[in-house]
Amino acid sequence: MSTPSGIGSENYSLTVNGRSHDVKDSWIGESLLYVLRERLGLPGAKGACEQGECGSCTVVVDGRAVCSCLVLAASVVDTSIVTVEGLGDGGRLSDVQQAFLDCGGVQCGFCTPGFIVAVHHLLESVPDPDDHQIREALSGNICSCTGYGRILEAVQQVAVARRSK
Amino acid sequence: MTVLAPRTVDELERILADSPDHTILSGGTDLMVEVNLHGRRPTAIVSLRSVEELHAWTFDHERVTIGAAVPYATMEVGELAGLVPALAQAARTVGSPQIRAAGTLGGNLGTCSPAGDGLPVLSALEATVHIRGNGDRRDVPFADFMVGVKRNALRAGEFVHSVSIPRVDGWQGYAKVGTRNAMVIANASTCLVRDRSAGRVRVALGAVGPTILRCPEAESWLAANSDLRGNTPPSADVRAEFSRLVSQASRPIDDHRSTAEYRRHAVGVLARRLLERSYQ
Ligand SMILES: Cc1cc2nc3c(=O)[nH]c(=O)nc-3n(C[C@H](O)[C@H](O)[C@H](O)COP(=O)(O)OP(=O)(O)OC[C@H]3O[C@@H](n4cnc5c(N)ncnc54)[C@H](O)[C@@H]3O)c2cc1C
Ligand code: FES
Ligand code: FES
Repeated sequence: MSTPSGIGSENYSLTVNGRSHDVKDSWIGESLLYVLRERLGLPGAKGACEQGECGSCTVVVDGRAVCSCLVLAASVVDTSIVTVEGLGDGGRLSDVQQAFLDCGGVQCGFCTPGFIVAVHHLLESVPDPDDHQIREALSGNICSCTGYGRILEAVQQVAVARRSK
Repeated sequence: MTVLAPRTVDELERILADSPDHTILSGGTDLMVEVNLHGRRPTAIVSLRSVEELHAWTFDHERVTIGAAVPYATMEVGELAGLVPALAQAARTVGSPQIRAAGTLGGNLGTCSPAGDGLPVLSALEATVHIRGNGDRRDVPFADFMVGVKRNALRAGEFVHSVSIPRVDGWQGYAKVGTRNAMVIANASTCLVRDRSAGRVRVALGAVGPTILRCPEAESWLAANSDLRGNTPPSADVRAEFSRLVSQASRPIDDHRSTAEYRRHAVGVLARRLLERSYQ
């Protein structure tokens, strides 16, 4: 998205993964996806469709998993935003990320960050999801490579491991 | 800063009265698609995110009132789902979990697409749209709110505050036909309400006309030819005639999603199935 000339120079700050970031001279219509990637150097959320259909841009805003391509960045100034970059533990992979690798849930990897965020969000609200709940929770995330079987397996593996902790 | 975030309804009203060119932003699931892909360039935005009153819902014996900024995710489960089951069913068919976490009834009404899933429910349940703006309040029946394809009765400076939905003694349901389960815009949809104490049925159709369509002929014919108060389902013949009358009330078109013929057929089938479910 290019900034239309002449209009808008928004200055605001966003709280992403617990850290405050200043956004300078942005255009009013910029999506959170664009601002994260192009202005804040956080390329974890991926953009494919920019119309809410693929889920590769999923982030959590104030506890809700949403498509960052459909969030107007300048409207989420007073919220807490969590992206895939905020999920690992100091450079170590999260249990969900590790399970995706172990189960072969990552092929080209483009959809992976969106899935990882969606799965973390699911397991926080439903620690013990059944197959139907997992499929429903991930129905807004598209993967063109894996055929989903390995992704579903990874989710179940994490749920079981967390329960036995 | 050109994105304003009022905290109260009064502030919101003042902003829109002073500068009606502010674009209202609710969940953003329609507006941001316009911005990202269809070249829409808003110059000033007023966000509903912090207007707490619009995020609340309440109920009493008569009606359920839902704030314009309540997301579908709140309607699909829990107490609200129990109070307005047809709305819960419609909400569950919207987009994906990410879309339902953001999208709102106020936005559905703002866009007023004939395929909007909330709208047939508001029509069949004869909801009232509460409008604020320019120092005034207006209560508009849903039937007068939607005036055409993506056209509604809102005037400059006005916004949807909430909708109230009368509680019905009886059964209500929503069904939708699309090409797959997740993430699908309706090719045809139907909401049916069987009001037992009034002995009436009300049917509203989505995506088969420029506005949501009611089926007055089918509704009164069924009331005259079956026992809508009791537990005896109508005969197969009666159900078939009801289905035919519902199809007849539709005014569908051919487009990239479906054909007029299929849509006309589909709403008849959906209405018959919903009627059958209302007796199960
Ligand atoms: C991937 C995807 C799938 C979708 N699937 C469905 C579906 O299955 N069924 C369906 O019905 N819709 C669907 N939609 C469309 C959209 O999610 C709904 O129409 C939703 O209800 C819009 O609500 P919102 O809060 O996001 O609106 P916004 O995008 O914030 O606003 C939409 C319009 O309404 C105006 N507006 C918002 N609130 C108010 C108010 N209180 N008063 C006056 N005007 C207002 C805005 O100015 C704007 O013009 C889908 C969208 C996407 C991106
Ligand atoms: S880029 Fe946001 S859903 Fe596809
Ligand atoms: S791994 Fe390639 S799209 Fe999912």
